[in-house]
Amino acid sequence: MAIEVRIPTILRTYTDGAKQVEGTGSTLGELLLDLDAKHGGLRERLVDNGGLRRFVNVYLNDEDVRFLAGLDTPVKDGDTVTVLPAVAGGAS
Amino acid sequence: MLTLSKQLYDQIVAHARADHPDEACGVIAGPAGSDRPERFIPMTNAARSPTFYEFDSTEQFQVWKQMDDNDEEPVVLYHSHTATEAYPSRTDVSYASEPGAHYVLVSTRDEHETEFRSYRIIDGQVTEEPVTVVE
Repeated sequence: MAIEVRIPTILRTYTDGAKQVEGTGSTLGELLLDLDAKHGGLRERLVDNGGLRRFVNVYLNDEDVRFLAGLDTPVKDGDTVTVLPAVAGGAS
Repeated sequence: MLTLSKQLYDQIVAHARADHPDEACGVIAGPAGSDRPERFIPMTNAARSPTFYEFDSTEQFQVWKQMDDNDEEPVVLYHSHTATEAYPSRTDVSYASEPGAHYVLVSTRDEHETEFRSYRIIDGQVTEEPVTVVE
């Protein structure tokens, strides 16, 4: 068993086009390090200065990890992590 | 080129007018790979601002999951500018992350005339495209 991670279209260049990859770890931060070993560069698109980037949404099962513990959020086998780029912009 | 129905066009404009002077935003979903916008999904602007928009992250997750379940994709991502032209700002370009989507910009700066324009935004490059409204 592992943790399933869903990758948005714009980041699939890091996963050879795969929509879904698997990784391991006991926290989201560890999971992203594990993924980066297999999909180099992916983590940097999600993490900046030790925290999640402002305009990337990461969900554990169906909850935004910002409302949990961010990169310290515990994860376990069977969980699903979903990455979605935030949809944002505006005139300013 | 973006082709959409008169009904969807009117729904986008009505949403932009209703939220004016704040920016309005939303999605039109369509069957994956079809390039056909069909399902109108107005979204909450979590920023509730006249100069910025951001989808509510929880709502976005639910909508994206639903699209996935229906084998749909975001064919159109729309938002309004309420005091400036319907052209992607630097902010719009820097956060654009759906290379397959039509980015629709609506301007409500004029009380009577609504500007309605569509773009592709790929790797920081903005390309305007014609909009065709069909009955």
